[in-house]
Amino acid sequence: MNTRAKFAIGVGLILSTLGYLAWSGVSENKTYYHTISELQALNGPALRQRMRVSGNVQPGTIQHLTGRVDFVLEEEGRTLPVSYVGRDPLPDTFTDKAQALVEGHRMPDGHFVAEQVQAKCASKYEATPGGTPAPRTSGPPASSPSTGKS
Amino acid sequence: MDLFGSFALLLAFVCACYTIVAGIFGIRTGNPSLLKSARNAGIALCVLVMVATASLVYLFYTDNFAIAYVAEHSSRDLPAFYKLPALWSGQQGSLLFWSFLLSVYTFLVLVINRRKHPELMPYVGVILATVQGFFLILNCFVASPFSLLGTVGPTGVPLVFARADGNGLNPLLQYPEMAAHPPNLYLGYTGFTIPFAFALAALLGRYPGEKWIHVTRRWTMIAWGFQSIGILLGAHWAYAVLGWGGYWAWDPVENASLMPWISGTAFLHSVMMQEKRGMMRVWNIWLVFVTFMLCILGTFLTRSGVVSSVHAFAQSSIGHWFFGFLIFILAVCTIAYIKNRDYLRSDNHLDSMLSRESSFLFNNLILLAACFAVLWGTLFPVISEAFTGNKISVGPPFFNKVNIPIGLFLLFLTGVGPLLAWRKTSLDSLRRNFGVPVALSGLAGVVAYGLGFRHFYALVCLILCVFVALTIFGEFFRGMRVIRARTAMNWFSCFTELSFRNTRRYGGYVIHLGIVFIFIGLAGAAFNRDVQGAMQTGDTMTIGPYRLLCQEFEGRQGPNYQAERATIEVSRDGRSLMMLYPERRQFATGNGETGTMVAIYSTVREDLYVVYAGRDPENGAPIIHAYLNPLVKWIWIGGLVLGIGTVLAILPNRRMAIVLSPAAQSAGVGVGPQPAHAVSTYGAQD
Repeated sequence: MNTRAKFAIGVGLILSTLGYLAWSGVSENKTYYHTISELQALNGPALRQRMRVSGNVQPGTIQHLTGRVDFVLEEEGRTLPVSYVGRDPLPDTFTDKAQALVEGHRMPDGHFVAEQVQAKCASKYEATPGGTPAPRTSGPPASSPSTGKS
Repeated sequence: MDLFGSFALLLAFVCACYTIVAGIFGIRTGNPSLLKSARNAGIALCVLVMVATASLVYLFYTDNFAIAYVAEHSSRDLPAFYKLPALWSGQQGSLLFWSFLLSVYTFLVLVINRRKHPELMPYVGVILATVQGFFLILNCFVASPFSLLGTVGPTGVPLVFARADGNGLNPLLQYPEMAAHPPNLYLGYTGFTIPFAFALAALLGRYPGEKWIHVTRRWTMIAWGFQSIGILLGAHWAYAVLGWGGYWAWDPVENASLMPWISGTAFLHSVMMQEKRGMMRVWNIWLVFVTFMLCILGTFLTRSGVVSSVHAFAQSSIGHWFFGFLIFILAVCTIAYIKNRDYLRSDNHLDSMLSRESSFLFNNLILLAACFAVLWGTLFPVISEAFTGNKISVGPPFFNKVNIPIGLFLLFLTGVGPLLAWRKTSLDSLRRNFGVPVALSGLAGVVAYGLGFRHFYALVCLILCVFVALTIFGEFFRGMRVIRARTAMNWFSCFTELSFRNTRRYGGYVIHLGIVFIFIGLAGAAFNRDVQGAMQTGDTMTIGPYRLLCQEFEGRQGPNYQAERATIEVSRDGRSLMMLYPERRQFATGNGETGTMVAIYSTVREDLYVVYAGRDPENGAPIIHAYLNPLVKWIWIGGLVLGIGTVLAILPNRRMAIVLSPAAQSAGVGVGPQPAHAVSTYGAQD
């Protein structure tokens, strides 16, 4: 076999392995991003996907219960009741009116069960363009210790 | 001072325009005085940017809260040490800082090469001025750091005012690493502009030979070294400050810094093919183009809000500028390539699978695959939305799944590649070079398996780390033995003599050793454990071999914060080891942000990482989160070794003091399968 063919086989093997890994990696842990209004219009298998939903925490709705934290997210007048069941403490920035991103599954009754919650304090970020924790740095989402390890 | 600074920036922009126009006319007409004036304008530009930066620093140190940027990012009670890092803590300042660092590089390049490479330098000057011109447009017209605070007065006239105090620096940035991490990373990002400029210049000017590679090798090494250290410092900051127990989360901003590092690493390796064998010219040119474009893409991603990242910059229109610039660079590179591609033809072809060339080829293939996987994963939400209408993101498991096998294969090549000969390697030399490392690393694997080490990737990583480390030690040992036989020096002198004779080669080995250490540390993550619970005074918690006893909780007043602190006694086997003080800080300035001070008991074996995670909402009891992270320290040790190796690789080769007799020559040269590159080929060139 000539060298060129050997190289072609080697390269092909490597690329197909990596391609397979990438494909299976994507299909195993893809997360759909939806807005609250889209969520209410979903039906069929799409409802059972793992998803991320963002919104603002409705003031006064945060309730600390045993084993979970309940709150309501709102966006453009629509609301979504959420139960956070993860065991990491909620980030410090998670307060009334904070912008939050929850990740988990939607229950048949329309309730959202979140395993992860990220939050950023809206007022701070809007008031200071560029005033985010880590300009062009490495590091996990700065305001969300509860999202780091998954 | 604000007027002075913004005027200096404006003048710098004018200089950039002049450099570009005069440079292009100079190249067309060959008029030497025009070329000289273009070059001098380029140097003046750099000085002006430095002056502007100095004036912003002055404004920070004089607490001038009439300047919007200073008022946003500093305050009177901010410790003086952190007033300098405040410079790059926001959008406008970090863009100015970017221009500043690029100016430092450009200044050095233009001054050092002012009498060299007369055909190449005019092009280089124009290209550098174009890049600087782009950033100066942002500095002057889009995101000026010198904007004044203003309001519209009762009569509709804008009024300028100064605030009594500023918002203060984000507490997460008030940490020594945060002072060092951005400059290092930025020095990496901006540094890749230099090889880019030389490569494009060589292509545009159809400059013969591999000269541009010789000229830029050191610059690339410098940029690469800073980028490596910058990434590691960022990881360490994330680990020590953010309090989530890890150092890397595959966040888009982290990925943005990793991608140019990966393609830069590929470039550093594949240029050797071009230098030694005249191969891969097209590939190298594109690698350096891609590396530079990834630097700009990273800036675009983090500042445009295209990909959501919790710590990206606030969404702003500045993304359009970067996107436009990216398209412009791509267009220029493509046109230059199409017009001059005949000049890039290869001299040689691959001869054998078992050769240095093929190991470089696979190294490049796999590095680019890693880079592409990271890019793909980072942009996945954007791509999926464009094609399916659904915004789908992939998390760290995707990146780990693809990149762990890639990393291990690369680690394998790190051990094998440098010991393969150019063109073709004989089986005999394979046996000689790899016999001992293969046997010993296999043995290490068996022993580890016997000891209950079952995690597949971690086991493979252990075997490969032993293998690579042994090949590197073997190389040093063979070289030192030859020198020792000739000169009868002691082993340590042999070691330094060897290293300084061919700094590039042995520096490379030291860097590889650093990479091995980093892999050891990364593999430790397979065995991380953590435990969390509310603890009252007197409560205990057990993690691994450690027992944590909570002794007390107390409040503490810092210079600009209030802290709650736990005192935790750590014991092992009933023996008290030390006290840890995890702390939670509430800052007075800004919006009452909190900061976590993690307490870490770090040994080469494992880190005990204790976080004061907050208070239980029901009974107010403090929550303590403890992590046991094995081997993490090796990542930082590896970073240090990598830094030392980079410095060694940049140093000029020591010229041998003695006159070379043929025998002595073979001693210096014949220490490995690849003839060590003739003594000091590059020492004098750049």
